[in-house]
Amino acid sequence: MSFTANVLIAGPELVLAGAALVLLVWGAFAGMVGPAFVGAAVAALVAAALTAVLGPSGRGFAGGLIADPAAVFAKVAIYLASATAIPLGQRWFARIGVDRFEYPVLVILAALGMGMMVSAGDLISLYVSLELQSLALYVLAAFRRDDAKSSEAGLKYFVLGALSSGLLLYGASLIYGFAGSTHFEAIAAAAHAGAGTGVLFGLVFLICGLAFKVSAAPFHMWTPDVYEGAPTPVVGFFAGAPKLAAMVLLARVLMEAFGGAVDQWRQVLIALALISVAVGAFAGLAQSNLKRLWAYSSIANIGYALVGLAAGGTAGVQSMLIFMILYVIDVTGFFACLAALSRAGRPMERMEDFAGLMRERPALCLAMTVFCLSALGLPPFSGFWAKFFVFKAAIGAGLAIPAVLALVGSVVAAFYYLRLIKIMWLDPAPGETDAPPVEAVAVTYASAIFAFPAVMAALIALDPWARAAAVALVAP
Amino acid sequence: MLSLITFLPLAGVAAILAVREFAGSRSAERDDAARWMALATTTAVFLLSVILVIRFNPASSAFQFTENANWFEGLHYRMGVDGISVLFVLLTAFLMPICILASWRSITTRVVEYMIAFLILETLVIGVFCALDIIVFYLFFEGQLIPMFLIIGIWGGANRVYAAFKFFLYTLLGSVVMLAAILGMIGIAHTSSIPALMAYHFNPGLQIWLWLAFFASFAVKLPMWPVHTWLPDAHVEAPTAGSVILAGILLKMGGYGFLRFSLTMFPSASVHFTPLIFALSVIAVIYTSLVAFRQTDFKKLIAYSSVAHMGFVTLGIFSGNVLGEQGALFQMLSHGVISGALFLCVGVVYDRMHTREIALYGGLVNRMPLYAAVFMLFTMGNVGLPGTSGFVGEILSLTGTYAASTWSALLATTGVILSALYALTLYRRVIFGEIANPALAAIGDLERREAAIFAPLILATLALGLQPGLVFHITQASAEHLVAVFHAGAGR
Repeated sequence: MSFTANVLIAGPELVLAGAALVLLVWGAFAGMVGPAFVGAAVAALVAAALTAVLGPSGRGFAGGLIADPAAVFAKVAIYLASATAIPLGQRWFARIGVDRFEYPVLVILAALGMGMMVSAGDLISLYVSLELQSLALYVLAAFRRDDAKSSEAGLKYFVLGALSSGLLLYGASLIYGFAGSTHFEAIAAAAHAGAGTGVLFGLVFLICGLAFKVSAAPFHMWTPDVYEGAPTPVVGFFAGAPKLAAMVLLARVLMEAFGGAVDQWRQVLIALALISVAVGAFAGLAQSNLKRLWAYSSIANIGYALVGLAAGGTAGVQSMLIFMILYVIDVTGFFACLAALSRAGRPMERMEDFAGLMRERPALCLAMTVFCLSALGLPPFSGFWAKFFVFKAAIGAGLAIPAVLALVGSVVAAFYYLRLIKIMWLDPAPGETDAPPVEAVAVTYASAIFAFPAVMAALIALDPWARAAAVALVAP
Repeated sequence: MLSLITFLPLAGVAAILAVREFAGSRSAERDDAARWMALATTTAVFLLSVILVIRFNPASSAFQFTENANWFEGLHYRMGVDGISVLFVLLTAFLMPICILASWRSITTRVVEYMIAFLILETLVIGVFCALDIIVFYLFFEGQLIPMFLIIGIWGGANRVYAAFKFFLYTLLGSVVMLAAILGMIGIAHTSSIPALMAYHFNPGLQIWLWLAFFASFAVKLPMWPVHTWLPDAHVEAPTAGSVILAGILLKMGGYGFLRFSLTMFPSASVHFTPLIFALSVIAVIYTSLVAFRQTDFKKLIAYSSVAHMGFVTLGIFSGNVLGEQGALFQMLSHGVISGALFLCVGVVYDRMHTREIALYGGLVNRMPLYAAVFMLFTMGNVGLPGTSGFVGEILSLTGTYAASTWSALLATTGVILSALYALTLYRRVIFGEIANPALAAIGDLERREAAIFAPLILATLALGLQPGLVFHITQASAEHLVAVFHAGAGR
C-alpha cells in the first residue's frame, strides 16, 4: 500500500491531530477563548466527520488502522457528539469562571482517540487509541482543578482507568504470546488453528479491560463517583461517545479476532450484561443525586447493549449500534438539561431540587420527563426502540432467558425514573430556578424532540447505515 | 377512517396547546377553552365511531376498514376492526365525552394538562383496539401507562402517589414479559401482522410459554385474582373520570387481549390452562364479592365489584363456545357502561361531601330523589337484574361456562347472589334511612350537567338490556369465527 493511500485512510485522524496542535498553539499564544476558537474546534470535528464519510475505505498501516462502514458510522456519531460537547462545556465553564482554552483541545484529542479506537485493527493501535482517549478524559474529569470533588473524580478515574489498562495490556500480551501476532486477522487464524486456552485467557482479560471503559458491572465502581464529581457537561460528553467507541471496539475485537470463539465469549458477555442490569437497577434505587443516578442508569443501559452484542451476528451488532446511537443522544440531552438548570446559581443535582419543575419550567420538565421515560424504555420514545431491536436480536439468537431477565430488571429501574417524574410533576417547588442558558436548552430540546417523534424518521435512515456497519464488523 | 378516529384526539391536543398560547395569563378562559375543545374533540370522535359502526358489515368475520403501510425495519402500520373490536372503539368514544363532562367542575387545577392527558389516552385506547400489527398494538398498549400515571398521580386522592406507582409498576412488569413473547413470536413466524399470527401454528410446547407471557400482561390488566391488588388502590385514588376510564375501558383491554391473542394464537395452551383460568375466575367472583361486602369505602367497594364481574368475563372467554364469547363480550361492554356510571354516582356525592366513607352517608333519598333513582338503576344493573344490560352478559357467560364446566358455572353463579348482597347493602346504607350526618342536610340533587351525563348511560344500560340483539348482531359472525379458529387450532 502506498504512502498516500495510508494517509488517506488516516484522513479524519490527521485532520483532528492537526487541528488539536493548531488550536493548542493558538490558545497558548492568544490565551483567551473566543467564539472563533470554539467555532474552529467545532469546525475541525465536523470536517473530520466529513473526511471520514468521503474518505476511501480499506486497511492502512499494515492493517493497524481500518476504514470501513462500521468505523465511519461510529466516527460520525463520535465527532458530532464531541462537537456538541464543546460549546456546551465551554459556556458552562465560562459561567463558573474557568473557561480555559484546553477544554476544546482536550475534547478534540479525546475524539481523536475514540476515532482511532473504532478503526483499530490490531492490539497496538487498540491500546494506543484507548490510552489517548482515556488520558484526555482523565484531565477533563478534573478540569475544575480547584474543586475538590472534580479533582477527586479525575484522580479516581485515572487510578482505576490505569488498573483497567493494566488488565487490558496483560490480556493483549497473553494473546500475542499464544497467537504470535497482534493483528486481529492473524489472531483469528491462530485461534481457528487451535491456539488454545491461552488466547481465550487473554481474551477474558481484554474483555474485562474494555468492560471497565464501558462501565459494565462488576467493573463499574468508578462510574458513580466520577459522574458525581466531574463537571456536568463533561459527564454528558463521556457518558456518551466514549462508550459508543468502546462498544464498537469490543464488537470488532470479538467479531473479527475471536469470531470463531462465540460460544466462549458469549457467556462472559451475558454474565456482564445481567450483572450490569441488576446493579444498575437495584443500586439506582438508593441514589438521591441525579448524576449518580444516571451513572447507574448508564450501567444498566450498557447491560442492554451487551445483550445485543452477545446475540452476535449481523442482527445483534446492528441492534447494539442503534442502541448506542440512541443512547448517546438521550444521555447528551439529559446532561444538557441538567447543565441548563440551577437555583440561585447553585446547580440542581439532587432529586429534591427538581421538585415542582413542571410549574416553573414546563418545557424543560417535559424534556426531562421524555429522557426519563426513554431511559426507562417506554414506547414510543427512542429508548424503547433501542431496547426493542436489542431484545429482538437476542431472542432471535436464542437468548430468551437473559432477555426476559434484563427486561424484568428494567421494571425495577422504572421505579427511580418514576420517582424523578413524580418529584418534578407533583411536588411543590422550593424556589425559583434561574434562567437557563440558551445553548444547553437548545441541545435539550433537540434531544427531546429526537427521542420522540424524530426518532421514528431517524430510524428509517439509521437502519441501513447500522446494517452496513454491522455487516462490515461481522464479515470483514 | 380508523386512523382518523384514532388520531383525531391528538388534533384536539394541538388545538388546546394553540389556544393556551393565545390565552396567555387569563387562566379561567384558558381552562374553559380547554374543556370545550376536549369536549368537542371527543364528541367528534364519538360521532365518527358511530358512523364506523353503522358502516361496519356485521355479516363478515374478516377485518374491515383495514390500513397497511410500510414502516421501517420490516415493521408495518396495520389497522383494522372486526366484530370483536369495533364495539370497544364505540364504547371508548362513548365514555370519553362523559368523562370530560364529569370532570368539568371537579377538576380545577391544571385543567389544560388534564384535558391533554385524556385526549392522548383516548388515542392510545382506540389504537389498542384498532391495531392489527402486534408491535403497533404494544406501542398503544404500553403508552397508556404514561397518561394514566399522571392522571392518577396529579389529580387523584390523598394516597395518589402510592397508587400511581403501584399501577405503573404492576402493569409494566406484566407487559415487559409480553414484549419478550411478542419478540419471540416475530422471530419464529417472521411476521408481526396479527391476522397472520392468528393463522400461524406455534408448536404446542412453545405455546405454553407464550400463553403465560401474555397471561402475565392481560391478567394484571383485567385484573384477575390474585394480581388484582393494584386495582382497588388505583381506582380509589384516581379522580372520578379516571376511575371511569380505568373500569370502563382499560380493564377491557385485558379481556380483549385474551380474545384476540391467547385464544386464537395459542389455542392448545388455552385449552391446557382453561382449568387454571376457571379456578382463578371462580375465586375472583366469590372472594372479591365477599371482600366488596366488607368495604367501608364507597369507591373501593365498586372497584372490588369490578374484579368480581371480570371473573365472569374470563369464564366466558375460556368456555370456548360461541355463547360464552358473546356473553363475555357483552359483559365487558355492559360493565363498561354500568361500572362507569357507578363511579360517576360516587363522584356526584364525593364532589359535594369530599368523603368516600359509606358510613358518613345515609338517607340521601330524602334530599336527592333523582340521584336515588339513578343510583338504583345502576345498582340493579350491577346486580344483574333482568331488563338491564348486566343480566344479559352474566347469564350468557354462565350458560357458556356451564357447557364447559358445570362446577365452575355453579360456583360462579353464587357470585350473582353475592353481588346482590353487597350492592343492595351499599344502596341501603347510602340512600335509605334517616339523615344521620348533619353535613348532609344541605346536599343538593343532581344538577342539569350531571343529569345530562347520566342520561346516555341510562339509555345504554336499558337499550342493551332490553335489546341485546343490537350487540350480538355485530359480534355474531366474529365470535363464531373466533370459536372456529380456536377449535381448529386446539384440535377439538
